[in-house]
Amino acid sequence: AVGRVLRLCRRWGEGPRAQTLRLICATTAVQKKNVGASGPEKYTEAFIKKQIEEFNLGKRHLANMMGEDPETFTQEDIDRAIAYLFPSGLFDKQARPMMKHPTEVFPEQRKIQWGEDGRPFHFLFYTGKQSYYSLMHETYEKFLNVQKHQDQLIAQDLPLQKEKRNLAGSRWLTKIELEEMLLEKLSDDDYSRFVQLLQKLVALPCADIEENYIQKFSREVPVQLQKVVIEPLQYDEQGVPFSTGEGKRKTARATAVVYDNGTGKITVNGTDVLHYFPVVQDREQLLFPFQFLGRIGKHDMVCTVSGGGRSAQAGAIRLASAKALRSFVTEKEVEFMRQAGLLTVDPRVKERKKPGQEGPRRKFTWKKR
Amino acid sequence: QLDQGCAFHTAARGGLSSVSTQDVPAERPRAVFHTSESDPAKHAEQHEGRLYNIPLEEVKAVFPHGLPYRFQQQIQTFNEARVMVRRPALELLAYLKGSNFAHPAVRYVIYGERGTGKTMTLCHVVHYCSRQGWLVLHIPDAHLWVKNCKELLQSSYNKDRLDQPLQASVWLKNFKTSNERFLREIKTQKKYMWGKQESTEEGRPLGEVVEQGLARVRSASDAVGVVLREIKQQSHRGSFRLLVAVDGVNALWGQTTLRKEDKSPVSPEELTLVHNLRKMVRNDWSGGAIVTTLSQTGSLFKPSSAYTPHELLGKEGFDALDPFVPIPVANYSPREFESCYGYYLERKWLQHEKAHTEDGKAELQFLSGSNPRQLDRLAGPL
Repeated sequence: AVGRVLRLCRRWGEGPRAQTLRLICATTAVQKKNVGASGPEKYTEAFIKKQIEEFNLGKRHLANMMGEDPETFTQEDIDRAIAYLFPSGLFDKQARPMMKHPTEVFPEQRKIQWGEDGRPFHFLFYTGKQSYYSLMHETYEKFLNVQKHQDQLIAQDLPLQKEKRNLAGSRWLTKIELEEMLLEKLSDDDYSRFVQLLQKLVALPCADIEENYIQKFSREVPVQLQKVVIEPLQYDEQGVPFSTGEGKRKTARATAVVYDNGTGKITVNGTDVLHYFPVVQDREQLLFPFQFLGRIGKHDMVCTVSGGGRSAQAGAIRLASAKALRSFVTEKEVEFMRQAGLLTVDPRVKERKKPGQEGPRRKFTWKKR
Repeated sequence: QLDQGCAFHTAARGGLSSVSTQDVPAERPRAVFHTSESDPAKHAEQHEGRLYNIPLEEVKAVFPHGLPYRFQQQIQTFNEARVMVRRPALELLAYLKGSNFAHPAVRYVIYGERGTGKTMTLCHVVHYCSRQGWLVLHIPDAHLWVKNCKELLQSSYNKDRLDQPLQASVWLKNFKTSNERFLREIKTQKKYMWGKQESTEEGRPLGEVVEQGLARVRSASDAVGVVLREIKQQSHRGSFRLLVAVDGVNALWGQTTLRKEDKSPVSPEELTLVHNLRKMVRNDWSGGAIVTTLSQTGSLFKPSSAYTPHELLGKEGFDALDPFVPIPVANYSPREFESCYGYYLERKWLQHEKAHTEDGKAELQFLSGSNPRQLDRLAGPL
């Protein structure tokens, strides 16, 4: 922020000091700035506008450089162009060079809360948490509205609307999301009080009136959206039903095709399973999905596998065959398989070696002297 | 007719062989899996998949050195020797029964994947032949002669060749136990000199040659050579039939791990035993048969996936054995698997509770892939 024009806060009774600060601003070398005391960097509106102009200009230049049409150059094109022009091997994606719209780069900040005369705009400014208290105030106002409406309906002997809002698929905003919305820090206590108030509001029978307002603070829980679709059985030339599945474990990747009306024969990469997996342990792993479902001698399987070692390949084929077997089996059994852990990808991979240690966990031999 | 409470197998049950194996009732396991026919000559299609008993005295007499090690342990554990009748063995027996002994000896090569039962098939055939009264020349494992030999002597008979006294004497001892009768009957046709002083006159029984070989270990390999030559020359006369049973015949044409004193590798022809055995396996004699087995397990310098005659014998061996009848041996068929499983159950070898269920059986079949050796190893700890 060196060299940037800071719009300094003119506080009450800081006249002479403000002048001193302005003096300091001109010659930055005179006094060391206390970075922590001035709070997070404040960006002026003019600055943000200038950044936006520069961004747009830069976008057009980039489009010209890449030979694309400047008018239809989207953000994904920008990302691709930057990744091409400045290749980086850094692991952290946030650390790589990026070119994004200034509103994404510079965090949203509070504009100055008071006018030229020093008088704050908001009536709750002196509470310290003006947005929070104003929110509580608004919500309570809605609450009173709903109660008044309810009383009116009771007075007129009209039936109260009893449509229950479905709370099962929705959740309230989290504390972090609320903080982002209000642009100020909250405490846990504040947050819980707000959520309680919302719940009280929703519990009232006539809360449908304020539905719009309430929806600002609720999010859908995407539980059902990520449900895995089980593919239906396919039929090959002879009319034998079969289904495919893919699996992985460590570095091994496997695909399995499970045919019905079989004798329990298994072929891996063109060779018989006895030859490919001479160890009993690997064959037991292959046996597990079939044994669990009680279908040991009923299916034939043809698999291809690559990568990894002996155990990893066995685990990968096990996962692939379990996934393929889902198509042959009822939903309940699929749920049983999932609970047995047959359908979960094993997340264990080789842990990275750290510097200063001999391995991922092993330290160098400790020598007393 | 079948008494289910009876636990003794030696009682002959006459009507058993006619029981069909279609029904597998759990309450009559012994009926289905066993057969009382203990003479291999009478084994036929209906006995396929069943196990027959060899009395223990016969085992000691006929197989002093032929059976696989694990099978010998099983005999000790169960106190009986039960061999399964399988299709390759039946095929071989049919050929032997129908062969014309005036023609040169036919060579049969039993081959198959690891652990499918080649040696057991060979033993079945050896048992049949010994029951029929043939002279059985059974070499348990030719690989033992081309590796791990501690002593190599230069042969006195031929300067280029090397003797193996230990292996030769061990083999002579076992040969003596299995063929006592013939050693008295067959007479030598030539005079043999063992060194400067000892000699065997013409017309002496072959047993003397064997004794000589056992007494003088240095000349044991030559004694083996003499025995083989005599038997070969006299077999076509018709007084006896000769069966040459060699297990692991691919050792004769492969490489050896033995080295001479100057660290140069020994090739198989330089070993007396191998040289003589090769002469036996040539089909220039008549009045018998040659049954051999290929074995990858003991073979040297061969990949573990090799099992066909061409791969294991190499070009030289293949040409030497060339007109032969190949007999493939495969894993257990479902019926054979059932009978083996039933036998283990009955002898209480499978102790695990789950092993008695249908699921357990399916699991065993899956895990072993119906391979006899795998099944045997799996059933061990259960």
